[in-house]
Amino acid sequence: MKVTLKVWRQSGAEDPGRFETHKVDELSPDMSFLEMLDVLNDRISVAGGEPIEFESDCREGICGTCGLVINGQPHGPEERTATCQLHMRKFSDGDVITVEPWRAKAFSVIKDLIVDRSPFDSIIAAGGFISVPTGSASDANLIPVPKEAADAAMDAAACIGCGACVAACPNSAAQLFTAAKVAHLNLLPQGQPERYIRVTKMVDTMEQFFGSCTNHGECERACPKAISVDFIAMLNRDYISSKIKNRRLAGQQR
Amino acid sequence: MTFTLDPKIPEGSLEEKWDNHRFSNRLVNPANKRKYNIIVVGTGLAGASAAATFAELGYNVTAFTYHDSPRRAHSIAAQGGINAAKNYRNDGDSIWRLFYDTVKGGDFRSREANVHRLSQVSVEIIDQCAAQGVPFAREYGGLLDNRSFGGAQVSRTFYARGQTGQQLLLGAYQALMRQVGLGKIDLHTRTEMLDIVVKDERAVGIITRNLVTGEVKSWSSHAVVLATGGYSNVYYLSTNAMYSNASAIWRAHRKGAGFANPSFTQIHPTCIPADNEFQSKLTLMSESLRNDGRIWVPAQTDDLRTPNTISENERDYYLERRYPAFGNLVPRDVASRAAKKEVDAGRGVGQLRNGVYLDLSHAIERLGRETIEARYGNLLEMYHRITDENPYTDPMRIYPAPHYTMGGLWVDYNLMTTVPGLYAIGEANYSDHGSNRLGASALMQGLADGYFVLPNTIGEYLADYLNSDTVPIDDPSFIEAEREVNDSIDRMLSVNGSKTVDWFHRELGRIMIDECGMERSRPGLEKALSKIPELRQEFYRDVRVPGEGESLNSSLEKAGRIADFFELAELMCRDAIDREESCGAHFRIEHQTPEGEAKRNDADFSFVSVYQHTGDPSTAILHQEDLTFENVTLGQRSYK
Repeated sequence: MKVTLKVWRQSGAEDPGRFETHKVDELSPDMSFLEMLDVLNDRISVAGGEPIEFESDCREGICGTCGLVINGQPHGPEERTATCQLHMRKFSDGDVITVEPWRAKAFSVIKDLIVDRSPFDSIIAAGGFISVPTGSASDANLIPVPKEAADAAMDAAACIGCGACVAACPNSAAQLFTAAKVAHLNLLPQGQPERYIRVTKMVDTMEQFFGSCTNHGECERACPKAISVDFIAMLNRDYISSKIKNRRLAGQQR
Repeated sequence: MTFTLDPKIPEGSLEEKWDNHRFSNRLVNPANKRKYNIIVVGTGLAGASAAATFAELGYNVTAFTYHDSPRRAHSIAAQGGINAAKNYRNDGDSIWRLFYDTVKGGDFRSREANVHRLSQVSVEIIDQCAAQGVPFAREYGGLLDNRSFGGAQVSRTFYARGQTGQQLLLGAYQALMRQVGLGKIDLHTRTEMLDIVVKDERAVGIITRNLVTGEVKSWSSHAVVLATGGYSNVYYLSTNAMYSNASAIWRAHRKGAGFANPSFTQIHPTCIPADNEFQSKLTLMSESLRNDGRIWVPAQTDDLRTPNTISENERDYYLERRYPAFGNLVPRDVASRAAKKEVDAGRGVGQLRNGVYLDLSHAIERLGRETIEARYGNLLEMYHRITDENPYTDPMRIYPAPHYTMGGLWVDYNLMTTVPGLYAIGEANYSDHGSNRLGASALMQGLADGYFVLPNTIGEYLADYLNSDTVPIDDPSFIEAEREVNDSIDRMLSVNGSKTVDWFHRELGRIMIDECGMERSRPGLEKALSKIPELRQEFYRDVRVPGEGESLNSSLEKAGRIADFFELAELMCRDAIDREESCGAHFRIEHQTPEGEAKRNDADFSFVSVYQHTGDPSTAILHQEDLTFENVTLGQRSYK
């Protein structure tokens, strides 16, 4: 099969960037979208050009490295699928396909289709953990976790940190990413001692970088792991509660 | 550089060694730890857990990853689970049994003392990870659930759906980020280590390249820890991630670190077969599927019928037939070779006839589709996405693919390489898996090394350097190393030939999978040893690396990694020739039992092969660490 690509090229954050058109033929419908880009890059290199820079690592949809806006949709047309798991059989022979990087102010473009997602790491560093120094844990079965809670925590923990939620949001909000981590940890008994301080710190850090959530729900649709927006409701509930619960307890020294 | 292989195995009975060692090791007192700086390269399971634990102890840590975030490391793709000798199932498991299974599974080519320690700390790992909030699978009573894995007759594998590696990595990543937030870890992302700096025969720092700006920079420290993973990508098509490479450990090898058992590479039995010429990687389907899936091929050769029209008596469940005791749960090397045998005999399935069936229909009949979906839903969805076939109604097609490397940098009991001050942990070292790793043991080893072993052993080395400054980065040793790095970057960019880096990688991969893959022979390996240097020369003559060194340039990054793969590939083939026996995943067709199983030669090869770099892999000097077995009896592995 063959397709025409309109690919975003941008040499760095300062460059305004532009679309570049490439016709790519002799493709197999069984190849992945990124393998199609590999082929195109090979051809560009051999012809003396500079290949299109994009990121991808595991190509199994789990590492969260890849992420392209394909025909206006983060990760492309197939639901619950990261870019690397998208196959050419989802397109028709002769299609014109636009390929862009994540578009969000907090994710500046490094080169072509690669963006800087380090604000996500800052959110985790602020509170996305349970403080348990190595060696200090008790026997694992001393803390029973109801199966339902463990399953719900796992649903939230499945987030791969790709950033599609931000790219899909008209406000470039990172509520779904933040909520997924808050919910994962706050649903578990192990996460209770830091529950309210965690949510405060993570939300406050998030707001330094990202826009605000106005309940569009685009994030859930774009999420390759279909993380539910219900977790955002939980985030909001815990955040509001934290305003009361984080008060000093009687008798505590400041 | 002097080269000594002292494994430093502690005194005492096997059960007492780790305790004795921790007691006799020197310690650094808590107030002095902040006077030390430790560099950790790689932030996967092993690197992140080590960096976090060092920081918790009070050391200053500088951590590097070439990814945009530590959470991307390939540990994240591990699916099935992590072993631990908890015996929560009351099914006869014990630390001793996990130790025994691992030594036997590794076909008696690992160090007893290390494996026993691994089994001991396995128990603590589960406690640690559960406390961190890793959402392990639970029973309705709220307690942890287990499943079975290959090479074991007990259920000791803990798991988080099909994403165990992801959840364990995120646990370690979160612990690491907590220390980043506290200012105890200085984290550098998108930064690749390109050399080790050695002065006065000890590791004193590293040279890195910033992958965004191209800046080459020196970093000085009291000790350097490499946690940079394995080298299965030498085969081009493997289950490893696109960026996974051997450059950090190979460059350490060039600077004096012995490379152990380079030819011990694991080919994982259950991956989705390649289906087109553009294939960029192979996708693993967790071994856990063998709990419920039955593996078969048509009994007749060249049977092209669709699987569901082939009746039960026309199918050959060859693993159950040949290995009644372990059945579909034989170890990986055995399962892989058995699949290759069927495909080579003309009983392969699928359009390209390059797979065997893994059939879940019996389990679906027995347990219902819902149960199977709960257990493997995400895997089966991935399978469907890649192949466009429905695994709930049609048997899955699988075939072996390069997956894990048991070989790596040689380390002593303290996990230190032959270069003082340079440590290797996780898949980057050779250590606990002998010549074949059991399923769900990689996560266990990575976390054992990072959380519990290295933080306890590194003090012994650091104690000597109390109050001594790190070597300044304007020292000639750093300046010379930086110059070498810059020269090699310029060399790649200046060739300006006609073939892409990927072209060379594919060619190298083809040679390696054909001659140094699941089956090896002397003539084949000799052929590879003549082809690889030719290809390497052609690479330096005709590779095309577009762009420049002063900005993000992924072709340049790849070129450096492939250059190292050429040399490593040569050493692998040489090692495979030298080892005139079959053991575990190293299968020389000249050495097999009448039934076609691996035939070890304990009298002549009960040792670890450790290579010392001389400038060219073909002249590397072979040293031996003799393996002594005082606690297990060497026997032919039987899974019948």
